[in-house]
Amino acid sequence: MTGDKVPDRPVPGGSGDDAVAGMPSKPAAEPEPAAEPNPEPDVAADAEPDGATGPGPQSSDEGAPEEPEHVDAPGTEEEAVPASAAVRRRRRRDPLASALIGILTLLLGFAFAVQVRSAGTSQVLAGAREEDLVRILDELNAREERLRGQITEQRTALEQLTNSDSQSATALEEARRRAEAIGILNGTVAAHGPGLRMTVRDPDGAVRVEDVLDAIEELRGAGAETMQIDGVRVGVSTAVTGRPGNLMIDGRPITAPYGFLVIGSPQNMETAMNIPGGVVQRITGLGGSVDITQVKDLVVDALRPLDTPQYASPKTGN
Amino acid sequence: MIPILGLAAGVLLGLFLNPTVPIWLQPYLPIAVVAALDAVFGGFRARLDGIFDAKVFVISFVSNVVVAGLIVLLGDQLGVGAQLSTAVVVVLGIRIFGNAAAIRRHVFRA
Repeated sequence: MTGDKVPDRPVPGGSGDDAVAGMPSKPAAEPEPAAEPNPEPDVAADAEPDGATGPGPQSSDEGAPEEPEHVDAPGTEEEAVPASAAVRRRRRRDPLASALIGILTLLLGFAFAVQVRSAGTSQVLAGAREEDLVRILDELNAREERLRGQITEQRTALEQLTNSDSQSATALEEARRRAEAIGILNGTVAAHGPGLRMTVRDPDGAVRVEDVLDAIEELRGAGAETMQIDGVRVGVSTAVTGRPGNLMIDGRPITAPYGFLVIGSPQNMETAMNIPGGVVQRITGLGGSVDITQVKDLVVDALRPLDTPQYASPKTGN
Repeated sequence: MIPILGLAAGVLLGLFLNPTVPIWLQPYLPIAVVAALDAVFGGFRARLDGIFDAKVFVISFVSNVVVAGLIVLLGDQLGVGAQLSTAVVVVLGIRIFGNAAAIRRHVFRA
């Protein structure tokens, strides 16, 4: 059986493969190797451009220089066949390639324009990566913190300025009030207000220094704030000197009748003058007389020179 | 001529249609554009060198875009998308510079 078949096999060769199921593998294998070499040229032809394109995508500048072999090949006789095939292939594919190139470049232009457009909008954030978003958020937070710090600083500065402004204004006002009060007490500024006009007549020239001093002290005790006697302002250091009938205040002579202009509470002062054993009674006892009139608004305008302290200076920082 | 016409038409289309980039595409589009620009520069250089091959150009164009996109995708999956896209842009930028230098030598002979 086998002997018969063996001689048969070579004869039918490829045709007898149908007869034996087990055997055909070999005859079938024979055509395959034969078929493989045939496609190989095609594959090789394809592979050559592919080999060129292989580097192409990875590095088109490298891929480009490699091509010259094929493109220059037409000139060289040896590779004339594959080269001409490649050229033919290119020629044949020209419309297709052109179309592809056109489509690709069109896509590129389209994508370029779209990307440029979308990169200019806030929509960018929507497509950003999570890490990028976190970074952006961090940056924004840090910026916000910085700005908040600045706001706090500015606010504090503003508060300080306002404070010091109002403080200095208050201090100035206070100082002015104090200066006025001291000026009035000291006799360096004119003053006006309710008070007494008191005229002391002394026909006998009997009123003594003590009586005038008493009158001043009584008036002060009754709340007199400032006064002048015969046009001489009475201050803290005022001295009454001289002899009866020839009295002097601060070294300036005064003559009877002595005119007192006193600012203070009129009722209180008048009462103080008229108390038993008081100024009025004593002067009357000396042969003089005292006229007292309450005035709603009298002016004390005699001034004393300001005494600049020679030795004393203000102590600061108590 | 065709590439220039295609680019111009594409830009005009993009400007007129003004489509919205889908969110899933947003990380890849800029990279793809840069990769395609690289291919275009390479093609222009090859053209000036007289060795332009349409097939090489088309394949390099597509594969450039795809590879760049894949790298960025891989980076996104690995959590280093931002760094990898930066790397891709840097590499492609260097190559564009190289191609531009070659083109410049051709055009200005300098």
